[in-house]
Amino acid sequence: MFYIYCPYCGEHREEEEFHPKGQAHIERPKNPEECSDEEWGDYLFFRDNPRGVHHEMWVHAVGCRKFFNITRHTVSYEILETYKMGEQPSITAANQTQSREAAAVSHQEGVRA
Amino acid sequence: MSNAATFDTRTDTAIPVESPLAYSYRHSGAPRGSGYRLKLRERAMLGHLILRGGAIVLDEAVREVLGISLPGKPQALVHDASGERSIQWLSPDEWLVIVPGGEEFPLETKLREYLGDAHYAISDVSGGQTLLEVSGEAALELLMKTVIYDVHPSNFPVGKGVTTVFAKATTILRRPSEERWELVVRRSFADYCYRWLLDAGSEYGVNVEQ
Repeated sequence: MFYIYCPYCGEHREEEEFHPKGQAHIERPKNPEECSDEEWGDYLFFRDNPRGVHHEMWVHAVGCRKFFNITRHTVSYEILETYKMGEQPSITAANQTQSREAAAVSHQEGVRA
Repeated sequence: MSNAATFDTRTDTAIPVESPLAYSYRHSGAPRGSGYRLKLRERAMLGHLILRGGAIVLDEAVREVLGISLPGKPQALVHDASGERSIQWLSPDEWLVIVPGGEEFPLETKLREYLGDAHYAISDVSGGQTLLEVSGEAALELLMKTVIYDVHPSNFPVGKGVTTVFAKATTILRRPSEERWELVVRRSFADYCYRWLLDAGSEYGVNVEQ
Protein backbone atom coordinates (compact mmCIF):
# COMPACT_ATOMS: atom_id res chain seq x y z
CA MET A 1 0.00 0.00 0.00
CA PHE A 2 1.42 3.36 -1.02
CA TYR A 3 1.03 6.49 1.03
CA ILE A 4 1.21 9.13 -1.67
CA TYR A 5 1.90 12.83 -1.28
CA CYS A 6 -0.46 14.82 -3.51
CA PRO A 7 1.31 18.05 -4.54
CA TYR A 8 -2.05 19.81 -4.99
CA CYS A 9 -3.66 18.72 -1.70
CA GLY A 10 -0.36 19.22 0.12
CA GLU A 11 -0.60 16.06 2.18
CA HIS A 12 -0.17 12.30 2.11
CA ARG A 13 -3.19 10.21 1.16
CA GLU A 14 -3.98 6.52 0.89
CA GLU A 15 -3.29 4.79 -2.41
CA GLU A 16 -7.00 3.92 -2.67
CA GLU A 17 -7.68 7.54 -3.64
CA PHE A 18 -5.30 7.44 -6.63
CA HIS A 19 -5.09 5.83 -10.05
CA PRO A 20 -1.91 5.24 -12.05
CA LYS A 21 -2.08 6.63 -15.57
CA GLY A 22 1.10 5.31 -17.16
CA GLN A 23 4.37 6.86 -18.21
CA ALA A 24 4.80 10.60 -17.71
CA HIS A 25 6.30 13.24 -20.00
CA ILE A 26 5.02 11.79 -23.27
CA GLU A 27 4.74 14.59 -25.76
CA ARG A 28 2.36 14.41 -28.68
CA PRO A 29 4.23 15.06 -31.95
CA LYS A 30 3.59 18.64 -33.12
CA ASN A 31 2.83 17.58 -36.69
CA PRO A 32 1.35 14.08 -36.73
CA GLU A 33 1.05 14.15 -40.54
CA GLU A 34 4.78 14.53 -40.89
CA CYS A 35 5.58 11.60 -38.61
CA SER A 36 6.82 8.33 -40.01
CA ASP A 37 4.76 5.26 -39.10
CA GLU A 38 7.51 4.25 -36.73
CA GLU A 39 7.56 7.60 -34.89
CA TRP A 40 3.77 7.65 -34.58
CA GLY A 41 3.69 4.03 -33.43
CA ASP A 42 6.34 4.81 -30.82
CA TYR A 43 4.33 7.74 -29.53
CA LEU A 44 1.08 5.81 -29.46
CA PHE A 45 1.98 2.33 -28.26
CA PHE A 46 5.51 1.95 -26.94
CA ARG A 47 6.37 2.75 -23.33
CA ASP A 48 9.54 2.52 -21.27
CA ASN A 49 9.90 -0.31 -18.82
CA PRO A 50 13.04 0.59 -16.90
CA ARG A 51 14.60 -1.25 -14.01
CA GLY A 52 15.09 1.59 -11.57
CA VAL A 53 13.87 5.18 -11.62
CA HIS A 54 10.64 5.66 -13.56
CA HIS A 55 8.46 8.75 -14.02
CA GLU A 56 4.75 8.04 -13.93
CA MET A 57 1.56 10.02 -14.21
CA TRP A 58 -1.06 9.50 -11.49
CA VAL A 59 -4.43 11.07 -10.80
CA HIS A 60 -5.86 11.87 -7.38
CA ALA A 61 -9.16 10.38 -8.52
CA VAL A 62 -11.12 10.65 -5.28
CA GLY A 63 -9.50 13.80 -3.89
CA CYS A 64 -8.78 16.88 -5.96
CA ARG A 65 -8.99 15.00 -9.30
CA LYS A 66 -5.75 16.54 -10.52
CA PHE A 67 -3.09 14.75 -12.51
CA PHE A 68 0.49 14.86 -11.24
CA ASN A 69 3.77 12.98 -11.63
CA ILE A 70 5.49 10.46 -9.43
CA THR A 71 9.12 9.38 -9.65
CA ARG A 72 9.14 5.77 -8.50
CA HIS A 73 11.83 3.13 -8.23
CA THR A 74 10.51 0.04 -10.00
CA VAL A 75 12.66 -2.37 -8.01
CA SER A 76 12.09 -1.11 -4.48
CA TYR A 77 8.69 0.48 -5.26
CA GLU A 78 9.92 3.49 -3.32
CA ILE A 79 8.32 6.80 -4.28
CA LEU A 80 11.23 9.20 -4.62
CA GLU A 81 9.24 12.37 -5.26
CA THR A 82 5.94 13.72 -6.54
CA TYR A 83 5.61 16.89 -8.57
CA LYS A 84 2.93 18.87 -10.36
CA MET A 85 2.08 18.67 -14.05
CA GLY A 86 4.36 20.80 -16.20
CA GLU A 87 7.25 20.55 -13.75
CA GLN A 88 10.44 18.62 -14.33
CA PRO A 89 11.64 15.87 -11.97
CA SER A 90 14.60 16.65 -9.72
CA ILE A 91 15.45 12.96 -9.42
CA THR A 92 16.19 11.16 -12.69
CA ALA A 93 17.87 7.88 -13.61
CA ALA A 94 20.96 9.88 -14.65
CA ASN A 95 21.47 11.88 -11.46
CA GLN A 96 20.47 8.87 -9.37
CA THR A 97 23.48 6.82 -10.68
CA GLN A 98 25.71 9.88 -10.23
CA SER A 99 24.75 10.24 -6.59
CA ARG A 100 25.27 6.50 -6.06
CA GLU A 101 28.77 6.76 -7.55
CA ALA A 102 29.47 9.81 -5.40
CA ALA A 103 28.29 7.89 -2.34
CA ALA A 104 30.54 4.97 -3.30
CA VAL A 105 33.53 7.33 -3.72
CA SER A 106 32.94 9.04 -0.37
CA HIS A 107 32.62 5.61 1.22
CA GLN A 108 36.01 4.59 -0.21
CA GLU A 109 37.55 7.84 0.96
CA GLY A 110 36.15 7.13 4.40
CA VAL A 111 37.87 3.75 4.38
CA ARG A 112 41.15 5.32 3.30
CA ALA A 113 41.06 7.88 6.08
CA MET B 1 -23.22 39.29 -17.47
CA SER B 2 -22.25 36.21 -19.41
CA ASN B 3 -24.61 34.60 -21.88
CA ALA B 4 -24.76 31.27 -19.99
CA ALA B 5 -28.27 29.86 -19.86
CA THR B 6 -29.46 29.53 -16.27
CA PHE B 7 -32.68 28.41 -14.69
CA ASP B 8 -34.01 27.87 -11.20
CA THR B 9 -33.89 24.14 -10.57
CA ARG B 10 -36.43 24.37 -7.79
CA THR B 11 -39.88 23.28 -8.87
CA ASP B 12 -43.15 25.01 -8.03
CA THR B 13 -44.39 24.37 -4.55
CA ALA B 14 -47.36 22.51 -6.06
CA ILE B 15 -45.05 19.65 -7.00
CA PRO B 16 -44.04 17.64 -3.94
CA VAL B 17 -40.31 17.17 -3.43
CA GLU B 18 -38.72 14.42 -1.39
CA SER B 19 -35.36 14.22 0.26
CA PRO B 20 -32.90 11.67 -1.17
CA LEU B 21 -33.45 9.65 1.99
CA ALA B 22 -37.26 9.54 1.83
CA TYR B 23 -37.07 6.03 0.38
CA SER B 24 -34.57 4.93 3.04
CA TYR B 25 -36.76 6.17 5.89
CA ARG B 26 -39.64 4.09 4.54
CA HIS B 27 -37.59 0.94 3.94
CA SER B 28 -34.89 1.00 6.60
CA GLY B 29 -36.70 3.07 9.20
CA ALA B 30 -35.35 5.85 11.33
CA PRO B 31 -34.46 4.52 14.79
CA ARG B 32 -35.21 6.77 17.69
CA GLY B 33 -34.68 6.25 21.33
CA SER B 34 -32.73 7.10 24.41
CA GLY B 35 -29.29 5.89 25.39
CA TYR B 36 -27.83 6.47 21.96
CA ARG B 37 -24.26 7.55 21.35
CA LEU B 38 -24.65 8.47 17.71
CA LYS B 39 -26.94 11.03 16.15
CA LEU B 40 -27.76 11.29 12.44
CA ARG B 41 -29.56 14.10 10.75
CA GLU B 42 -30.08 14.77 7.09
CA ARG B 43 -29.94 18.37 5.98
CA ALA B 44 -31.88 17.89 2.77
CA MET B 45 -32.68 20.42 0.04
CA LEU B 46 -29.76 22.73 0.69
CA GLY B 47 -28.32 24.73 -2.19
CA HIS B 48 -25.02 23.31 -3.46
CA LEU B 49 -22.96 25.22 -6.01
CA ILE B 50 -19.64 24.26 -7.55
CA LEU B 51 -17.45 27.24 -8.39
CA ARG B 52 -14.55 26.80 -10.78
CA GLY B 53 -12.04 29.35 -11.90
CA GLY B 54 -9.12 31.41 -10.71
CA ALA B 55 -8.91 31.92 -6.94
CA ILE B 56 -8.36 35.69 -7.11
CA VAL B 57 -11.30 36.42 -9.41
CA LEU B 58 -13.68 34.16 -7.48
CA ASP B 59 -12.48 35.45 -4.11
CA GLU B 60 -13.46 39.02 -5.02
CA ALA B 61 -16.87 37.87 -6.20
CA VAL B 62 -17.80 35.74 -3.18
CA ARG B 63 -16.53 38.40 -0.77
CA GLU B 64 -18.82 40.91 -2.43
CA VAL B 65 -21.87 38.68 -2.89
CA LEU B 66 -21.66 36.26 0.03
CA GLY B 67 -19.48 38.12 2.52
CA ILE B 68 -17.10 35.17 2.99
CA SER B 69 -13.61 35.02 1.60
CA LEU B 70 -12.67 32.06 -0.55
CA PRO B 71 -10.52 29.51 1.31
CA GLY B 72 -7.23 29.46 -0.55
CA LYS B 73 -5.53 26.74 1.45
CA PRO B 74 -6.08 23.08 0.57
CA GLN B 75 -8.72 21.25 2.62
CA ALA B 76 -10.02 24.48 4.15
CA LEU B 77 -13.65 25.06 5.04
CA VAL B 78 -15.05 28.44 6.04
CA HIS B 79 -18.47 29.45 7.33
CA ASP B 80 -20.22 32.80 7.58
CA ALA B 81 -21.16 34.23 10.98
CA SER B 82 -24.48 32.37 11.10
CA GLY B 83 -22.83 29.07 10.21
CA GLU B 84 -25.44 28.38 7.54
CA ARG B 85 -23.37 29.26 4.48
CA SER B 86 -20.05 27.66 3.78
CA ILE B 87 -17.34 27.48 1.17
CA GLN B 88 -15.01 24.54 0.93
CA TRP B 89 -11.80 24.05 -1.03
CA LEU B 90 -12.12 20.99 -3.28
CA SER B 91 -9.18 21.39 -5.63
CA PRO B 92 -6.86 24.25 -6.65
CA ASP B 93 -9.53 25.67 -8.96
CA GLU B 94 -12.73 24.27 -7.49
CA TRP B 95 -14.88 25.17 -4.47
CA LEU B 96 -18.13 23.89 -3.03
CA VAL B 97 -20.58 26.48 -1.74
CA ILE B 98 -23.46 25.30 0.44
CA VAL B 99 -26.27 27.73 1.26
CA PRO B 100 -29.76 27.32 2.73
CA GLY B 101 -32.25 25.88 0.24
CA GLY B 102 -33.72 28.42 -2.15
CA GLU B 103 -30.76 30.80 -1.93
CA GLU B 104 -28.67 29.06 -4.58
CA PHE B 105 -30.33 30.49 -7.68
CA PRO B 106 -30.27 34.13 -6.53
CA LEU B 107 -26.66 33.59 -5.45
CA GLU B 108 -25.71 32.09 -8.79
CA THR B 109 -27.36 34.97 -10.61
CA LYS B 110 -25.59 37.57 -8.47
CA LEU B 111 -22.22 35.86 -8.90
CA ARG B 112 -22.70 35.73 -12.67
CA GLU B 113 -23.57 39.42 -12.70
CA TYR B 114 -20.49 40.26 -10.67
CA LEU B 115 -18.10 38.02 -12.59
CA GLY B 116 -19.21 39.23 -16.02
CA ASP B 117 -16.97 37.92 -18.76
CA ALA B 118 -14.32 36.47 -16.44
CA HIS B 119 -13.22 32.89 -17.04
CA TYR B 120 -15.19 30.77 -14.57
CA ALA B 121 -17.91 28.14 -14.24
CA ILE B 122 -20.76 27.80 -11.77
CA SER B 123 -22.77 24.60 -11.60
CA ASP B 124 -25.80 24.01 -9.45
CA VAL B 125 -25.42 20.51 -8.03
CA SER B 126 -28.14 20.78 -5.38
CA GLY B 127 -30.13 17.95 -6.90
CA GLY B 128 -27.14 15.66 -7.09
CA GLN B 129 -26.01 15.51 -3.51
CA THR B 130 -27.23 15.70 0.05
CA LEU B 131 -25.72 16.48 3.41
CA LEU B 132 -25.71 14.10 6.37
CA GLU B 133 -24.78 15.28 9.85
CA VAL B 134 -23.11 12.84 12.21
CA SER B 135 -22.71 13.80 15.84
CA GLY B 136 -22.59 12.25 19.27
CA GLU B 137 -19.77 10.82 21.33
CA ALA B 138 -19.32 7.78 19.07
CA ALA B 139 -19.11 9.83 15.86
CA LEU B 140 -15.33 9.74 15.77
CA GLU B 141 -15.24 5.99 16.39
CA LEU B 142 -17.73 5.38 13.62
CA LEU B 143 -15.70 7.48 11.18
CA MET B 144 -12.50 5.72 12.19
CA LYS B 145 -13.84 2.38 11.03
CA THR B 146 -15.47 3.73 7.89
CA VAL B 147 -13.24 6.40 6.35
CA ILE B 148 -9.74 5.71 5.01
CA TYR B 149 -8.64 9.23 5.97
CA ASP B 150 -7.05 9.93 9.34
CA VAL B 151 -9.80 11.62 11.35
CA HIS B 152 -7.84 12.02 14.57
CA PRO B 153 -8.37 15.58 15.89
CA SER B 154 -4.64 16.32 15.47
CA ASN B 155 -4.97 15.67 11.74
CA PHE B 156 -8.57 16.78 11.30
CA PRO B 157 -9.18 20.04 13.15
CA VAL B 158 -12.40 22.05 12.97
CA GLY B 159 -12.58 23.94 9.67
CA LYS B 160 -11.21 21.14 7.53
CA GLY B 161 -12.95 19.22 4.78
CA VAL B 162 -11.62 16.49 2.51
CA THR B 163 -12.91 14.47 -0.40
CA THR B 164 -12.24 10.87 0.47
CA VAL B 165 -13.59 7.34 0.51
CA PHE B 166 -16.42 6.60 2.93
CA ALA B 167 -17.33 2.91 2.91
CA LYS B 168 -16.10 2.56 -0.69
CA ALA B 169 -18.21 5.55 -1.82
CA THR B 170 -16.73 8.93 -2.69
CA THR B 171 -17.85 11.52 -0.17
CA ILE B 172 -16.85 14.89 1.14
CA LEU B 173 -16.14 14.76 4.85
CA ARG B 174 -16.22 18.08 6.72
CA ARG B 175 -15.85 19.17 10.29
CA PRO B 176 -17.74 22.42 10.87
CA SER B 177 -17.56 22.24 14.66
CA GLU B 178 -15.95 20.33 17.49
CA GLU B 179 -18.68 17.72 17.93
CA ARG B 180 -20.35 17.72 14.51
CA TRP B 181 -19.21 16.05 11.29
CA GLU B 182 -20.80 16.46 7.89
CA LEU B 183 -20.89 14.05 4.99
CA VAL B 184 -21.75 15.34 1.53
CA VAL B 185 -22.86 12.26 -0.38
CA ARG B 186 -24.12 11.68 -3.88
CA ARG B 187 -27.87 11.43 -4.09
CA SER B 188 -27.56 8.02 -5.73
CA PHE B 189 -25.36 6.82 -2.86
CA ALA B 190 -27.46 8.39 -0.11
CA ASP B 191 -29.49 5.25 0.64
CA TYR B 192 -26.35 3.09 0.70
CA CYS B 193 -24.51 5.49 3.02
CA TYR B 194 -27.53 5.84 5.29
CA ARG B 195 -27.89 2.08 5.66
CA TRP B 196 -24.15 1.78 6.24
CA LEU B 197 -24.38 4.39 8.99
CA LEU B 198 -27.30 2.56 10.62
CA ASP B 199 -25.45 -0.76 10.47
CA ALA B 200 -22.09 0.60 11.60
CA GLY B 201 -23.72 2.69 14.30
CA SER B 202 -25.95 -0.07 15.70
CA GLU B 203 -23.30 -1.04 18.24
CA TYR B 204 -23.40 2.48 19.71
CA GLY B 205 -27.12 3.06 19.43
CA VAL B 206 -28.33 5.44 16.74
CA ASN B 207 -30.86 8.19 16.87
CA VAL B 208 -32.10 9.58 13.58
CA GLU B 209 -33.54 13.05 13.65
CA GLN B 210 -35.99 13.83 10.88
